[in-house]
Amino acid sequence: MTEILWIGRGGQGAFTAAKLLGAAYAAKSGEVCSLAFPSFGPERRGAPVRAFTKLDTAPVLDRSETERADYIVILDATLYSPALQSHLKEGGRILVNSKAALDGCITLDADALAQSLRLPVVNTVMLGALSGLSGIVDPQDLSYAISHYMPARIREKNLEAAARAAQEVSA
Amino acid sequence: MTKKFLSGDEAFAEGVRLARPEVISAYPITPQTIVVERLSEMVEDTSLDAEFIHVESEHSALSCAIGASAAGVRTFTATSSQGLLYMAEGLVYASGGRFPIVMMNANRSTALPWNIYGDQRDSLALLDTGWIQAYAENAQEALDLALMSYYIAEHRDVSTPFMVNLDGFILTHTYEEVEVPEQAQADAFLPHYETDNCFDFDNPKNMAFSAGPDTNYLFKYKEHAAMLRAVPVIREAEEKFAAVFGRQYPGLIDTYRTEDAEIILITLGTIAGLAREVADSLRAQGTKAGVVRLRYLRPFPGKELAQAVKSASALAVLEKDISFGAAGTVYTNVTSALQANGVTAPVYNFIGGLGGRNISRADIEAVFAKTASGTQQVNFIGIEVENA
Repeated sequence: MTEILWIGRGGQGAFTAAKLLGAAYAAKSGEVCSLAFPSFGPERRGAPVRAFTKLDTAPVLDRSETERADYIVILDATLYSPALQSHLKEGGRILVNSKAALDGCITLDADALAQSLRLPVVNTVMLGALSGLSGIVDPQDLSYAISHYMPARIREKNLEAAARAAQEVSA
Repeated sequence: MTKKFLSGDEAFAEGVRLARPEVISAYPITPQTIVVERLSEMVEDTSLDAEFIHVESEHSALSCAIGASAAGVRTFTATSSQGLLYMAEGLVYASGGRFPIVMMNANRSTALPWNIYGDQRDSLALLDTGWIQAYAENAQEALDLALMSYYIAEHRDVSTPFMVNLDGFILTHTYEEVEVPEQAQADAFLPHYETDNCFDFDNPKNMAFSAGPDTNYLFKYKEHAAMLRAVPVIREAEEKFAAVFGRQYPGLIDTYRTEDAEIILITLGTIAGLAREVADSLRAQGTKAGVVRLRYLRPFPGKELAQAVKSASALAVLEKDISFGAAGTVYTNVTSALQANGVTAPVYNFIGGLGGRNISRADIEAVFAKTASGTQQVNFIGIEVENA
């Protein structure tokens, strides 16, 4: 099972990214199963939030929060702390939206990419970057999920954001 | 059939849409809110032709559903926790009046301390109100139960209201892939609701009347008999469901590797999945472990359960509930049924997940280990005390 922990702030769309990843993986052909859920409970705009995506080739039966992830994706660099390294599985990686380099992390200036597309949030940028970095979902399945589960008026920009971010991290 | 990536609440709303209720009355409460939001959107965009009545409280939501059902139409409501408790008076009106209302309950903790997270204390506190009670494990089963619940509740042999329970957040707010049937399939499965138990200007009758000591007990006996008749109707509904949709459900209980199991964990709701994973890993280490998931608590599957656990030398009941001063309500029901059916293996109660607390893999491993070695009657996961 591949487990992804998303960390962001309320309003940044971390859960939407978690859900889109789950939907993209479920769109793969063959025996696949995915779960996506937010950290449960009330949420406030700006407060730290977590979300989870679990991907497997058999039904995912464990619905509890991920304690050690294959990937941790952080939408706001102020939420990164080195302690998160201990929440990775062996070989796991942390991807952070940050202008500055961070030890032990892969960084990407998602804010700049989002702004260039006039997107107010970075969730699909980080989703695209994760996809490019990990290859856990195919680009066409990611496009399918964005096209099916995002409102029509913001679809094109988000497709573009994900594609450009995937390219940026693989370059 | 379309595959969609939906939460438990959203999947249930799709099931309700396919069942074509004519009246929906509801009041929002976390973590049920999404199911009524989706249904009101469906009414708004005309994909569901129903009257959506946004009432001012849960007591009114159920009262309104009772009135609509008494007019002879298919009705739906949904609630959770304090909202369900606020409906309690109406629950017995609905069951006593034999109105086959379907309600989705998002299982959530009850106050105080105030808590919006999932446990099963709300619905289990109301087990004796004459409603059929089913518990779903995943979003697909939730959608499918939305359809089957109407078939069972409205069946002439049953005519009893039906509460479908979804673990709050863990099921209501978790997204997964769900097969959403076509309307034509749903229509082939679920007949239009026809009843004589309704107001009729051509054949006026007295409804929802009082009954004194001379006849009251006959009504109560008939409620009990109808609930027992739900057992073969559930089987019939599942067979017909399988013929139309290709998914076969296992009846009142869902057994996993119980045939030769020495230690069996009995539970309900979403936690059963992790329990099955733990049973597999225990078997890989040489312990013959099995799991029974109770899909229905009313009617209670006493005989089915006794048959499923007959090889076991020790049993555990894991539930997100406690009846203070006694034991968990599921445990009390299980031990009573097992004793009546000649099962003599010791049964231990494990209380976990209260107020939404996570039940981990290690917790379930410990439940199996304590059951194998013997422990006190009632055990609180995470609290080590003598004679709790």
